[in-house]
Amino acid sequence: MADLSALFDPRGIIITGVSNHPGKFGFVTLHNILASGYEGQVFPIAREPGEVLGLDVLGSIDDVPDGAADMVFICTPPAINEGLLRQAAAKGVTAAFCAAGGYREAGQEGVEAEERLVDVCNELGIALAGPNGQGVVSTPAKMCAQIVAPYAPPGKIAIASQSGNFVSSFLNLANHTGVGVSRAVAAGNASVLGIADYLEYFTNDPETAVSLVYIESVEDGREMFERVRPLSQRKPIVVVKGGASAAGARAAASHTGALASDDAVFDGMCHQAGLIRARDVEEAFEAAATFASQPLPSGDRVVVVTTVGGWGVAAVDAMADTRLDPTPLPGDLLAAIDAKLPPRWSKNNPIDMAGGETRDTVPEILQLVAEHPDVDGVVLLGTGIQSNTAAMMRRGPFFPEHGLERIVGFHERQDTRYAEAATEISAATGTPIMVATELATTDPSNPAPASRRAAGQLCHASAGRAIRSLHHLAGYAAWRSARGL
Amino acid sequence: MHVGSIWARHLAVPTSLRDTTHGVSITLSEAESRRVVAGYGVPVSPFVTGTSADEVLAAVDSDATVTYPVVAKLCGRAIAHKTERGLVRLRIADADSLRTACDELLGKAVPEDGDVEVLVSSMVDGNRELIAGLNDDPQFGMTVMVGVGGILAEAIRDVSFRLAPISEVDAAEMLDDLATQRLFDEFRGEPKADRAAIIDALVALARVGAEEVGLRSADLNPLILVDGKPMAVDALLEIDSNG
Repeated sequence: MADLSALFDPRGIIITGVSNHPGKFGFVTLHNILASGYEGQVFPIAREPGEVLGLDVLGSIDDVPDGAADMVFICTPPAINEGLLRQAAAKGVTAAFCAAGGYREAGQEGVEAEERLVDVCNELGIALAGPNGQGVVSTPAKMCAQIVAPYAPPGKIAIASQSGNFVSSFLNLANHTGVGVSRAVAAGNASVLGIADYLEYFTNDPETAVSLVYIESVEDGREMFERVRPLSQRKPIVVVKGGASAAGARAAASHTGALASDDAVFDGMCHQAGLIRARDVEEAFEAAATFASQPLPSGDRVVVVTTVGGWGVAAVDAMADTRLDPTPLPGDLLAAIDAKLPPRWSKNNPIDMAGGETRDTVPEILQLVAEHPDVDGVVLLGTGIQSNTAAMMRRGPFFPEHGLERIVGFHERQDTRYAEAATEISAATGTPIMVATELATTDPSNPAPASRRAAGQLCHASAGRAIRSLHHLAGYAAWRSARGL
Repeated sequence: MHVGSIWARHLAVPTSLRDTTHGVSITLSEAESRRVVAGYGVPVSPFVTGTSADEVLAAVDSDATVTYPVVAKLCGRAIAHKTERGLVRLRIADADSLRTACDELLGKAVPEDGDVEVLVSSMVDGNRELIAGLNDDPQFGMTVMVGVGGILAEAIRDVSFRLAPISEVDAAEMLDDLATQRLFDEFRGEPKADRAAIIDALVALARVGAEEVGLRSADLNPLILVDGKPMAVDALLEIDSNG
């Protein structure tokens, strides 16, 4: 297995092709590495020495002190890169991210250039990422070595993608939700390092709790299967596949062959290998964010807790095409809840509190439900509505008179409290508690989503999306348990 | 029984298929296909074969597992789709009717069919039909499939694949993948499906795929649930023609 530590935790970085034009890849990469707070030494290289972003630009890699950098980020054209790699190796570089294009994606000449690039890296013992990739991000190293934005908050999700665009998408979602990232890499042409290599690194990486991958093509599916199956036993791997809807139209002599669409076979491989397959990029990120921040459920039985009606019904409906089971409330749990709520509550799952909650009701009911041995997961809906009312009062013409200031403060404290209770009770009971409200997107400043975010917990934008995430957690838990893991 | 020997003996048989991604393949006869999968423990309905009516009747008489009513089919290497050509006779009640059926079926053979024989097996009773199969996938290698079967299998497309070989846990999860779970409950007076027996059949079928070199695909369609237990009443294996 290649040692990728110099790629994700370099002690110093050489950047080739740096120019003082802020539209060029070399400039942007240097900017992003510095802007993300990278603390190692950075050595910009250009044909003409000078100064860029306050750093001295060196005219040659030969001017870099021996051993000062172990990673090179390449923004120079193919014709000169083999020579640059030799110079870099002489200085102690053991990893390269080649952002430069002009390789396999650029026709026959590019194919040959890529073969030479691979040969020289193999000869020099350099781990090669790319070429033709957008870069690598590593929050433990405070490093955004990318030719594009964004950086992301630190966290436990590690990302590898066959499309750089989706690295950006995942990082944007990390910024939006506040559930952060450990590492992210665009595989580019993946001429040496591919998805399986990155997954091996992530699985051994103490900074990573869950891997998240975007795949478009699988060249040797059997090899990938054999390599990832032992990894998913150790940490969850969430997969989203592009091109999944394209039917594998093959001339088939058998019914089985005619039924073997690419998607059906890929899907079966995922189930067998314990890969968690999401339907789209948002679902994939949210599943990964939930794996990164919640305990695994021990089964499929889910109780929905909602402040008022319709949301709970929709959540139960959303379970229909998942493995989750909206379990009937056990008698003892029903009795315990009945003692806390006015008689109009639903007396059923979903637990519709029918607006009957007082100051402590939501945390108390969450505790009762989450600690019950016959409940494996909880979905909490309807938080944020008090603060939403408060927001209208705060912005209206009567604030802060007429007692509005006091009630606004109360509402906002309550929603903060509910969010905190969900995190604390989940951690204490080992039962995952999803929180969902569309306020996560419509008003992220609302204390309900804002408090989730502050706790590093995902606030799902709808009950249906929360259910999908919980479905993936339960599926992975079942896969593990069926194999005695 | 090892398939390799069967492959080798019959390379002179005319090729029946041309697969655009793989080059040329041939299909084994139903009898050969049944023997291969049965050798791995895949349950198939009891059967005998013969190349004349006399031979067939003698074989039925001497095999207590084949009981009337029976089904008779003309089978051979080059005959992949028997139903379409009217080469299947169902619900044959006695020896006289079987003799007539054998003569008729053998009379339908054309020179392009090559070597042919009549396969006779007991009619089995069951309303629920699964399909199981193998397919050598260009990306993932040998795969095993189970699905809701019979003539509607390709229309329903309720199937689940795995990479061969598989464990019992994998096979159980394949069944869980199917959307039509009610098929496995008690059904029209028939008992609940014996999931363990289906799992055993799938594990055995996947072993065929993993261990037999040169195999391209296999269809067990239908795999009928008889008193809840799976039994293949047709089998078709496709192999590389170049060995």
